[in-house]
Amino acid sequence: MATRLKEVDAVMVGMGWTGAIMARELTKAGLNVVGLERGQDRTPGEDFTLPSVRDEMKYTQRLELMMDNSTDTITFRNAPAEMALPIRRIGAFLPGEGVGGSGIHWGALHWRNLPTDFRIRSHIQQRYGANAIPEDMTITDWPVSYDELEMHYDRFDKLCGVSGQAGNINGKIMPGGNPFEGPRSSEYPNKPIKSALPSTMFGDAAKALGLHPFPAPVAITSQAYTNVEGVALGACEYCGYCNRMACEANAKASANTTLMPLLRPETKFELRTRAFVSKLNYDKQAKKVTGVTYTDLKTGEEYEQPASMVVLSSFVFGNVQQLLLAGIGEPFDRSTGKGTVGKNYAYQFEASAAAFFENREWNPFIGNAGTSVCIDDFNGENFDHGGLGFFGGGYISGGPAGAPPITGRGTPHGTPEWGSEWKRATVKWYHHFMRFNTQGSVYANRDNFMDLDPTYKDALGRPLLRLTYNGTENDHRMSRFLLTKLEACIKAMNPTHYDMHPRPRNFTIVPYQSTHNTGGTMMGTDPKSSVVNRYLQSWDASNLFVMGASVFPQQHGYNPTGTVGALTYWSAKAIITQYLKNPGPLVHA
Amino acid sequence: MADDAILRRQFLVGASAVAAALSPATPSQAQAAPAVPPASPAVPADEPLLTLTPTEHAFIIAAVDTLIPADEMSPSGSACGVDVFIDRQLASAWGGGAKMYRSGPFHKGKPEQGYQLALTPREFFAAGIIATNEWTRITYGKDFDRLAEIDRIATLKAMESGKAEFHNFSSRSFFNQLHSLALQGFFSDPIYGGNRNMVSWKMLGFPGLPATYANKVDEYHDKKLVMPPQSIADFS
Repeated sequence: MATRLKEVDAVMVGMGWTGAIMARELTKAGLNVVGLERGQDRTPGEDFTLPSVRDEMKYTQRLELMMDNSTDTITFRNAPAEMALPIRRIGAFLPGEGVGGSGIHWGALHWRNLPTDFRIRSHIQQRYGANAIPEDMTITDWPVSYDELEMHYDRFDKLCGVSGQAGNINGKIMPGGNPFEGPRSSEYPNKPIKSALPSTMFGDAAKALGLHPFPAPVAITSQAYTNVEGVALGACEYCGYCNRMACEANAKASANTTLMPLLRPETKFELRTRAFVSKLNYDKQAKKVTGVTYTDLKTGEEYEQPASMVVLSSFVFGNVQQLLLAGIGEPFDRSTGKGTVGKNYAYQFEASAAAFFENREWNPFIGNAGTSVCIDDFNGENFDHGGLGFFGGGYISGGPAGAPPITGRGTPHGTPEWGSEWKRATVKWYHHFMRFNTQGSVYANRDNFMDLDPTYKDALGRPLLRLTYNGTENDHRMSRFLLTKLEACIKAMNPTHYDMHPRPRNFTIVPYQSTHNTGGTMMGTDPKSSVVNRYLQSWDASNLFVMGASVFPQQHGYNPTGTVGALTYWSAKAIITQYLKNPGPLVHA
Repeated sequence: MADDAILRRQFLVGASAVAAALSPATPSQAQAAPAVPPASPAVPADEPLLTLTPTEHAFIIAAVDTLIPADEMSPSGSACGVDVFIDRQLASAWGGGAKMYRSGPFHKGKPEQGYQLALTPREFFAAGIIATNEWTRITYGKDFDRLAEIDRIATLKAMESGKAEFHNFSSRSFFNQLHSLALQGFFSDPIYGGNRNMVSWKMLGFPGLPATYANKVDEYHDKKLVMPPQSIADFS
């Protein structure tokens, strides 16, 4: 029997980016907030310090900051006819765990979706004809526009101290930036990260081909910066220990560096770690949640935490699993097409390349995710899809490895993987190789979805979430198209050697590809076709708000965190200015 | 035939344990038939092992010295401590299956579904070494560590391509795990027991720590940065 605790105003289920942003905004509005986090606490002073933070083995190979699959995982299959099996150790994607969540180990690439991304279905129908979208492609317009989100994108930029070069300020195209981006109300908070030689070479080649290169926007401060909350952030050291790791310089933004320093001393906020929420307590009749039940993993004891409001702020898979287990909303049924919870799962369709230049020399261990240069000419609706046989696109980036040597090495295809010949090639090319990536969109398809697994259970005995996913023909065509465009740039750079890495036919759960999972609790304009309304409020429980990329109707050609942060601020504003005054549905179906 | 193999194994395990206790010679040297000279220079067995048995250690030394042979660029894998690295990794929480979903039922699944065995990495290595030695005994009449270098190379290639037929799991899956651990040991910080004296970092020109390059990015934009490497241990 769970011990019933004193009711609080709001509970956060998960304390990554979205939980921390919402906790900060709600405590500022005067609410008493409890943050429940399944993993451990992590503080910069204790956990992100030299020399132990410079441990490539611990962080990139043993995945110190990632979820514990002995407690929880998902099951996976490529198609509905197959049997799903548990991911016994995460590989293709790496959700984080603990305070800060995936927002500690991320690469911090910080993007906004295009204005046209937010109205993609109607835009495609207008541009290519009412019947242009295939029947199985279940993309939809977002119920919010770029213009509505802009001030919230801006706010998140200024929380993180994003570094970049603006391409469009209030409609004016700025030299050196991304001319395709939506208008921004102000410059990036910080100047771009310093470039590396291979990035510059890629940019020069792209420009000569008539494309529009610009420095990658990153939530990594290029200089010391005091953020919009008054928190001092450090300057990037270009250490190369970046992806999958924490930042010792307090330059790569995380909830731990930007928000937790404010929440920890806040008397209206209480953080409880190792608190594994097993259930949203749902009153179906009243269309409200009454709170959550969680297990304290330190004692094994179960608690009921009543709350006036619950914010579901865990990773995509956790959000969807909680709604399905609580029976909130109608589960998506592939055979009838009815239901919404679990629908429109999408991924990021990335494909890469490598090039080798024997006469140029650089240092592959120097840098961060932002030392790359990008082009956005082939993203979303930035180009004409007429006659191409697919929709979607992505940005293309090129730069140095920016990583220590377990991961930051490269040899041409055909080189042996071991032995003296491998060693010779590894040494020969170490200072001369660069990498490219295509950040492809995934346009939702009715065959890609999430539901509950009939067989496998988590550590609390709850059914695991089951993922059914494979790359669609549309997305494969899109990816091959991006690689063709990338190859033209690489050829123009005149490398000694280069290799293109097209995606395999089937999605596989290893090796690593991208942590950008989206969908399953999609936002929309009506309860028949979506799980939450435009303010991320559940249609089926008016005091339940769902944060994060699970609300994306599909995945566009950008890293999701920028949009995730903006949506959280957007939702927080609606809660504070509208909901708290008159609790109930913010949108009437 | 099978009985002979078991008898020989028991003898060899006993012999190598005695040899290890009496001298700094490695088990692989103790086991090696005089006719087959070791492919790599002798390595002092100065690091006590946490989990590998003498037979397993002999296998691991032979494997890492074939994957990372001694040549003009670096000493052999075992001379760099890669065998010690693997021993410690297999004895670590990771080797014991930490953070791994281990509930059944167990099914083979498609390759797309990843690793589906009930075995922890430590257990998988034990099974993989037994399976490799069974295969080399059938193919060459000897355990892997007793093969001439050319046959060790051929064996690892047969496993890498999956052509070597193992009874319980694909030889390729074991090769991949072995290869991955060997390279991690070669390139990781020396605090884990491999990459002794930062040999691989010197070989590549990787400076290790402290990795503060904000003032060097522009100067070394088009120029190799040469610095003597430092390890986590140098700052601890």
